Amino acid sequence: MAKLRFHIRYPEERIPDPILYQIGKEFQVIPSIRRADVRETTGWMDVEFTGETDEIDRAIVGLREKGCIVDPIELNVVE
Amino acid sequence: MTNPRPVLFSLPYSKHDDYLYSIEDEVSIMTKKMQSLVCRECGKEYPTQDIHVCELCFGPLEVKYDYAAIKKEISRDKILAGPKSLWRYVDLLPVEGTNFIGKHAGFTPLVHAKNLGAFLGLDNLYIKNDCVNHPTLSFKDRVVAIALTRARELGFETVACASTGNLANSVSAHAASAGMKCYVFIPGDLEAAKVLGNLIYRPNVIEIEGNYDDVNRLCSEIAGERHWAFVNINIRPYYAEGSKTLAFETAEQLGWRAPDQVVVPMASGSLLTKIWKGLKEFEKVGILDAVPTKINGAQAEGCSPIATAFRNGRDFFKPVKPDTIAKSLAIGNPADGYYALKTAAESHGAMDAVTDDEIVESIKLLAQTEGIFAETAGGVTIGVLRKLAKQGLIRKDEVTVAYITGNGLKTQEAVVDSVGRPTRIQPSLKHFTQTFGIEEST
Repeated sequence: MAKLRFHIRYPEERIPDPILYQIGKEFQVIPSIRRADVRETTGWMDVEFTGETDEIDRAIVGLREKGCIVDPIELNVVE
Repeated sequence: MTNPRPVLFSLPYSKHDDYLYSIEDEVSIMTKKMQSLVCRECGKEYPTQDIHVCELCFGPLEVKYDYAAIKKEISRDKILAGPKSLWRYVDLLPVEGTNFIGKHAGFTPLVHAKNLGAFLGLDNLYIKNDCVNHPTLSFKDRVVAIALTRARELGFETVACASTGNLANSVSAHAASAGMKCYVFIPGDLEAAKVLGNLIYRPNVIEIEGNYDDVNRLCSEIAGERHWAFVNINIRPYYAEGSKTLAFETAEQLGWRAPDQVVVPMASGSLLTKIWKGLKEFEKVGILDAVPTKINGAQAEGCSPIATAFRNGRDFFKPVKPDTIAKSLAIGNPADGYYALKTAAESHGAMDAVTDDEIVESIKLLAQTEGIFAETAGGVTIGVLRKLAKQGLIRKDEVTVAYITGNGLKTQEAVVDSVGRPTRIQPSLKHFTQTFGIEEST
């Protein structure tokens, strides 16, 4: 089982949606929210996914298909 | 989420302990100055190892020092007697020994910019010129010198980074001189000239088929898999501390005083926060009496998530897709953006952004008034300096320092179409005289 950490941003129109719950139902991954800031027009979460690596990869694709932007926990590391 | 009661710890045994012990013998006092790595969000503390993210809340870690112990050691005289490099401030840097990599980094000129100052209506304008940093002509030589020195102390033999320019140059050059293995990850569509600037030092250069997001993701994963020192990932808490030396040098070169205003280019936002931290540390250990400095941030309009948030009065930023000629500042989702906003607010500074045309004009203005050819990030800094001066946010009499972080020879493509052409003449005195209207002497 792998544990991978991500910074997830939500588009404004998807902020009310239970996206992380849906991802947990659709894929064999366990999300653990460590920090988050959700406001009226913007929202992000720092999340750890536990699961098989391939399944986490599929969950990330699923998040992106729902309109989320998924970065590594370190954000941009290309300097 | 907060944790106001830091958890203390004892260092676990690691395979590096014997090595660290030998360094302790060498300089016993210096091993005590770093207390821990501390989470900037929840305050949880960790050993000073190669970790960068809090295991509890995923917040970034930074170095915590024992300032009371450092205050007993450090003095202006001790600094003055030190090497003419950033290592003269070693008491406030996150290394344990004296086996430094990048021995000549730092201590770059602080130029009293009288001509540019006259143009902008500023009597006490200074340029901190990191265009001439050693060995790769950018401020990255500071952070990389610290990162690689610390990486070697932690037992790493291989260093790595993800970069499109200055960082890769500096890591490659320092690794070559230190005899360390080096891996540089770049996006697959990087310009040939920038790739060459790395290849000359013979690191392993890996072109990744994909965009910046793909490079980010892969490098984070590799950093988790391999025992490599990724300078701006798992070594980031130490790497970032190198930026403080710009503040230390500025204060020393101004005659042991903090400037009234500084203008700092922002990519991740880290440099701005560390300049503030450096000045405050000097105050804390008694080197400076006071720090009244306003910390101002500069970005390009084509990638201005932090400046935009500041102008809109927000304490959070919205990430953007970069579209600017200032490639070295083109970080759309800046890791320290939140902390940069906090620093500007705390110091009563400001933030602004300039267009690509303004960047080019500002590069030319700095070159033509002070003889300093800056890269595009320097154009951003000077452009925003002009704006702040024009708006009256910087007063005529205030001691103001603008940070120029890279050499213009690295981004010549930005100005190549706007500097004109040479005047071409026949190889004769007659043609020369005709062209320039000077009478031939008899």
